Amino acid sequence: MTDVRRIVVITAGLSDPSSTRLLADLLRDATREALSVREVPAEVEVVELRPLAHALTDHLLTGFASGDLAEAQRKVAEADAVIAVTPVFSASYSGLFKTFFDVLEQGALDGTPVLVAATAGTARHSLVLEHALRPLFSYLHAVVVPTGVFAATEDFGSRSELDRRIARAAGELADLVASREASDRGDQFDRDLAAMGDFENLLRG
Amino acid sequence: MEYGIFTVGDVTTDPTTGITPTEHDRIKATVAIAKKAEEIGLDVFATGEHHNPPFGAPANPPVLLANIAAQTERIKLSTSTTLITTNDPVRIAEDYAYLQHLADGRMDLMLGRGNTGPVYPWFGKDIREGLPLAVENYALLHQLWREENVDWQGKFRTPLQGFTSTPRPLDGTPPFVWHGSIRSPEIAEQAAYYGDGFFSNHIFWPASHTARMIALYRARFEHYGHGKAEDAIVGLGGQVYMARNSQDAVREFRPYFDVAPVYGHGPSLEDFMEQTPLTVGSPEQVVERTLSFREYAGNYSRQLFLVDHAGLPLDKVLGQLDLLGEVVAELRKHDTGTEPKPVVRKAVLEGAES
Repeated sequence: MTDVRRIVVITAGLSDPSSTRLLADLLRDATREALSVREVPAEVEVVELRPLAHALTDHLLTGFASGDLAEAQRKVAEADAVIAVTPVFSASYSGLFKTFFDVLEQGALDGTPVLVAATAGTARHSLVLEHALRPLFSYLHAVVVPTGVFAATEDFGSRSELDRRIARAAGELADLVASREASDRGDQFDRDLAAMGDFENLLRG
Repeated sequence: MEYGIFTVGDVTTDPTTGITPTEHDRIKATVAIAKKAEEIGLDVFATGEHHNPPFGAPANPPVLLANIAAQTERIKLSTSTTLITTNDPVRIAEDYAYLQHLADGRMDLMLGRGNTGPVYPWFGKDIREGLPLAVENYALLHQLWREENVDWQGKFRTPLQGFTSTPRPLDGTPPFVWHGSIRSPEIAEQAAYYGDGFFSNHIFWPASHTARMIALYRARFEHYGHGKAEDAIVGLGGQVYMARNSQDAVREFRPYFDVAPVYGHGPSLEDFMEQTPLTVGSPEQVVERTLSFREYAGNYSRQLFLVDHAGLPLDKVLGQLDLLGEVVAELRKHDTGTEPKPVVRKAVLEGAES
């Protein structure tokens, strides 16, 4: 029996409708399809950061997550894979997007397969995936799939090229998920506890 | 059950008047607050240790606590916290034993790692070694208070040969030690290993987290053979602002809360009250809230309140203490008498020599 894998899509789009959310939905559907083809049962859920904006700022100030933000953090920490989608602001990911990952517990993404994606008004920003998103997730010890998905506004008019990239990235993510055991990672407290061992070990330094 | 107050000695501008106390004002106010705490019948006064502005807390708490000891008769003097990472454990052993003599035993101390990064390099330490420092330094401190001729070698300080820390603890009984931590399970483990107390700061974190730390400490206390989990010595923080009726309390405290360095500009007062133990309301509400801590902390031994926060001037803090006296009198009616007492455990771990 195979455990149901949990995939979380994080989207930092701000408007409604938002092209970032649109790209997130396309990636969600493609990942669902790719996992289904590989006969890996999965639940794919989208988490919007816009409603968490106040809670994220509060977290910066208080040091702890409240309510829905705590729930979103838990989902990401327990996820078998994450799809992270941001609009490009001033040549990088948006501040809201970064804040979510700034306040994520240390180790929450250790070894987690991550698909990075971004939207912008023009294709001139396409390397943001390589110079901003990929290093961020490398730092967080995530496993970033080789294909990132960048969508400029014009890409939504001629979908075939975008669809091909989405399918390729989703396929790479699904392969990674399929090749792994389901995640049983707890939160940081659980991880610290597991790593701690007996006090005699700590005394030995 | 012990009730008391703890302070971090912050020098904060009163946002309603724009007046910032001088360091001298703050230091003298701290002494006045401690004396008042005894007057209203509290059991404990605890001070933080600080090495940087904007704090008027002592760099070496025994200096302040000895002064208070000389002006009080009953109240127990403690710390919140003593830095076990950046202080030389030999100096902690000697300074606190000296305080123990001056205060005729009316003292204990709470060890913490400290959360101000630069303090580590200022004292020649590396913050990345925070946990190993806490573990090694306390192992030495524990030994210095129990053995007269100590031969010791460790990673972080110069070795000792035939060293006797002086003065020896009063009546041969080392001061009781609490280990304070917000989120490190290693510190709950350390407290459990030695059969010492575990104090959860509690005040900036959701109750669910505090509950987990305490459950871990209790289970490990039993594991190490110090008694049953329910006999473990647990302390909790909490922060309050009171007025006769709750609307006045909220109205009076909001301008302080909204801009306070530790609270301000984030969640609303109402949200913060819901998310943390902060209680702004009537004395009855504070009693009710405090009693609710037992639901997740179990039968615990010490409750410390933060009352001199957010830039409240001395006269307001003293007024808060008058109300806190009533609160504590009411809380005592709910004590069961079965709360574990903070007494130094026999040396179970060193071959049960006493």
